Amino acid sequence: MTLFVGQLRREFIVMFQSLEEVANPLVFLFLGITLFALATGGGPDVLADYAPAIIWVLVLLANLLSLEGMFRRDYEDGTLEQLVLLARPGFVPVLAKVAAHWLFSGLAMTLLVPFAALLLYLPTSALFTLLMTLLAGTPALSLIGAVGAALTVGLRRGGVLLALLVLPLYVPILIFGAGAVLQQMGGMESHAQIYWLGVISVVSLTVTPFAVQAALKIGLEQ
Amino acid sequence: MGLRELWHRLGSPRWFYTMSRNWPWIFGGLAMALLLTGTLWGLAFAPPDYQQGNSFRIMYVHVPTSMIAQSAYIVMGVAGFMLLVWRMKLADMVLATVVPFGMSMTALSLFTGAVWGRPSWGTWWEWDARTTSMLVLLFLYFGLYALRQAIPRQETAGRACAVLALLGMINIPIIKYSVDWWLTLHQSASFTLTEAPAMPISMWFPLLLNVLGIYCLFGATLSSRLRLEILKREASTQWTRDIILGGRL
Amino acid sequence: MGGHGLYVWLAYGATVVVVLANVVSIRFARRRYAREALALERRKETAQAAGLDVSA
Repeated sequence: MTLFVGQLRREFIVMFQSLEEVANPLVFLFLGITLFALATGGGPDVLADYAPAIIWVLVLLANLLSLEGMFRRDYEDGTLEQLVLLARPGFVPVLAKVAAHWLFSGLAMTLLVPFAALLLYLPTSALFTLLMTLLAGTPALSLIGAVGAALTVGLRRGGVLLALLVLPLYVPILIFGAGAVLQQMGGMESHAQIYWLGVISVVSLTVTPFAVQAALKIGLEQ
Repeated sequence: MGLRELWHRLGSPRWFYTMSRNWPWIFGGLAMALLLTGTLWGLAFAPPDYQQGNSFRIMYVHVPTSMIAQSAYIVMGVAGFMLLVWRMKLADMVLATVVPFGMSMTALSLFTGAVWGRPSWGTWWEWDARTTSMLVLLFLYFGLYALRQAIPRQETAGRACAVLALLGMINIPIIKYSVDWWLTLHQSASFTLTEAPAMPISMWFPLLLNVLGIYCLFGATLSSRLRLEILKREASTQWTRDIILGGRL
Repeated sequence: MGGHGLYVWLAYGATVVVVLANVVSIRFARRRYAREALALERRKETAQAAGLDVSA
């Protein structure tokens, strides 16, 4: 437990030292919303219809932006080896890193989404569903994305490759997330989708830390 | 040969190379026979469909390519698992050699599906369960290809791809299920192994031939590519030198 | 073929092309590697005969 908390504290310190790095993906989220509003002419009907889709896709993309930095700093100053090879059990620091990432990206975005919903004229009745889907789904985004980040750590132009590897794996989360809100807006219940998102997150929680560890070990071989 | 001994032998690329000498020819011959028969039967002798007229004949290429596209990825997932857990050299090579075939089959499945869709359902493309899953599969294949190209060291690249292939394989059922509860235009499965098909035998038999044929084709191309990959990777050993110098390649 | 002939031939044609491409690429790769590897071995032999170290 102390290993987890210790690593978490270290992550917090690093994040607070460079808050602008944390803020960038969040700003990107709203920048993207602005682009959609401009591209569609900003009409309430159009935006309201597409709001769940736009928000969910931008959450995915913003998440990708913040994933790149997950292991980069430690890789560059050499502490990644310590993290992966020396820690016992090895997956705990990894879990702490992912938790920190989620708090500052997935959760942060979820907290900001009500503003996004406002900008896109999302009906307030759908907002609760949207927030539930994000809470249930964003942990999986951080967990699965961590594997991609670990596989591409240290590679040149790793950012685009990361997107290419991770986005197909994000597809079910997107489908359930946006689909739940669309279904709710269409007047039907959407509990099943939210449960599914929870399932994906929980399964990811059990499987991905080991995959991340394996990927980091492989990446450090270079 | 006991299972244990077989397992041990599989760790030796050289053993596999000598053992598989005839495989490309056997599988290739079978593939050709099955595919030619199935295709000719499907094109010429099967009766036209009540609803779709003659365009249903595309099924005889679309369904086999779809099936092999998915099966090939599962083969890679399994190979990835064997590489990570048992460090089996052969598994590493399988992982590297399946990608071109798998990717081309996936692309072909999407193309034949589009060509089938236009006359039958009036549209080249529709976002439904099947098409979307197949498109995501193409992206997964491409990701494996891109990752391997991006990592310079062969051994590292192999193991990184193994992790990705495994992750992709686990994800495939979830992707399929999630995509599945969207409205579907695609026909319900015309070929399942356990259910009785809803077509008369003269219609689904050529499909069976073509499906078996394409799996044999997979076997032929895989064994052939694998043999070349073995020679390349074991290039520093005497037995490969003998083969090359002896002109037996 | 009831007007759908073009589509059927398009689909089958693409299939034949892809299958053939797969087969041809394998043969091509094999021949190319045979040539290259043989040339490399020959070069190694001559270098060895000349007394150079070829342990690379």
